[in-house]
Amino acid sequence: MKNSIVSYCNIKNNQVFLNGEKIFHDEEASEFLEFIKKAYKHFELDYPKFYKMDSLCKLAMVGGSVLLNQLDEVDSEMALVFSNKSSCIDIDRIHQASISENEGYASPANFVYTLPNIALGEISIKYKLRSENSFFIFEDFNPSFLVDYTTSLINLNKAEQVLCGWIEVFENEYNAFLFIAKEAEGLTLNKENLLKLI
Amino acid sequence: MEASTKIPVYVQKGDCITPLGFGFEKNIEKVENGVSAISLNEANHIDSTPFYGATINPFVLEHRFSESNIKGVFTPLEKMMLLAVESIKKKYGKLFNEKCGLIVSSTKGNIQALENDDFSTYYLHQLAKKIGKTIGIDEEPVVLSNACVSGIMAISVAKRMIQVGRYDHVVIVAGDSFSKFVFSGFQSFQAVAEKPCQPYDEDRTGITLGEAAAAMFVTKDKKLFQEIPHFEILGDSSINDANHISGPSRTGEGLYRSVSNALKEAKINASEIDVISAHGTATNYNDEMEAQAFNRLQLEKKPLYSLKGYFGHTLGTAGLLETVVALGCAARNNIPQSIGYKKHGVTLPLNVTKEKIQKEVNVVLKTASGFGGSNTAVIFKKCGNHEK
Repeated sequence: MKNSIVSYCNIKNNQVFLNGEKIFHDEEASEFLEFIKKAYKHFELDYPKFYKMDSLCKLAMVGGSVLLNQLDEVDSEMALVFSNKSSCIDIDRIHQASISENEGYASPANFVYTLPNIALGEISIKYKLRSENSFFIFEDFNPSFLVDYTTSLINLNKAEQVLCGWIEVFENEYNAFLFIAKEAEGLTLNKENLLKLI
Repeated sequence: MEASTKIPVYVQKGDCITPLGFGFEKNIEKVENGVSAISLNEANHIDSTPFYGATINPFVLEHRFSESNIKGVFTPLEKMMLLAVESIKKKYGKLFNEKCGLIVSSTKGNIQALENDDFSTYYLHQLAKKIGKTIGIDEEPVVLSNACVSGIMAISVAKRMIQVGRYDHVVIVAGDSFSKFVFSGFQSFQAVAEKPCQPYDEDRTGITLGEAAAAMFVTKDKKLFQEIPHFEILGDSSINDANHISGPSRTGEGLYRSVSNALKEAKINASEIDVISAHGTATNYNDEMEAQAFNRLQLEKKPLYSLKGYFGHTLGTAGLLETVVALGCAARNNIPQSIGYKKHGVTLPLNVTKEKIQKEVNVVLKTASGFGGSNTAVIFKKCGNHEK
């Protein structure tokens, strides 16, 4: 059987979509952090640790939860493959400013988020996923690479399902596109389909 | 696209640029002689008080780079990475445009760019493109930024992308430099040792940071390695602990599962592993977690060492650098001493090497663990002259 895209979520322009259908829209928030907090509350994610997270983890947590909460059961071996352009630039700048201003003294609460794969760790913890995790960085969304890597994970028996996608945030510019792929009938996992859905 | 685990994938010994030396041979020689690169540094741009670290002398780097034929304007990190991949380019450069991928492994890349709030060199994809362009790989580079497992995970990603048919060969270049950004962060965790780090030792108090670059060539074409020592990648896995973002699982769950999966794919038993090149950062939690995992795997009697006592913790380079050295030593049937280990300091038994051992080594297990709960295990088997 072929590998298919079984569900997907987009977060952009103050809106959240699940499988192409708009499920949340906030017309007031002018900043990313305000919008993502409203989305977190709207979806009743009830995960207080959310408030401590950096921007990238917050975006990943909302996008990942929208996709995973709709499942009857989450496969604990579902792999996570995320990618973006700006790594975790917002928290990196905050950490850098704090060490520049405070004679080299850093805040451990910030430092811990200065790696992009922490977003994968946060989702793994919340959904108890003991699975393959990788974070890639590209100049732009790279559907061909993501298709091949996801295919390798499924076909080489590293995972039966993969939560994959693009998760980019830099100050108030953000765009998340996450999808679940597995061996199933449905929308074929290929570059063309991913480009249509982002 | 069909992926097949039946496609065997090979690595050669690789190369590295470290404070111990520029190039593979110098590094292997120093490691075999138990020489550490960790020294007391006085560098105001990192810290106002002296600190232990494994740092590359910037004047030596400049000099060595100026002696190379590489043209262009580069940051010190880029120079390290370009020098590390130079021997691979010389040997395999003619294949760089024949389904050859480039994976760049780094946690923070040119993070110093942020000191002046300058984003122009912050981006990791820019770093990767610069490396790709300079060595002549046209394919868009892939950056892997997965904390301290990045370097070893890059080998795993390369193998998978070859087995899925995307590439025939992959060049991996890993690099991270010694920055105030990272040093101050580990200090804020009170995780930096006041003496050179002592993995698995009773008196260990934390990590020592380092900087280095490493490179490796991965291929499905065994013929390319006919005359040089090489290894087959038998199995690999990277399983998250799903426990804590800045501390490992107490039971070593993710590492245990990573090694178990790698063994399963390799179709070998734990008893067939000859040596473990472990992560061994010398923090209390990490070393204890590894002891738990290796005991659960019944690997506690296997010779095990950490190279952190030689190079410090080189972050996104560590896994690749330590593989280059582990395979280099294995090719010469050596198991290095785990520097800094005197009195056993984890609660379960481990066979940490107190001195260099000379013995036949065929199967090498390399592991790493990192922030975000990540773990990676890769198993290598010696091929070539030693093939049975």
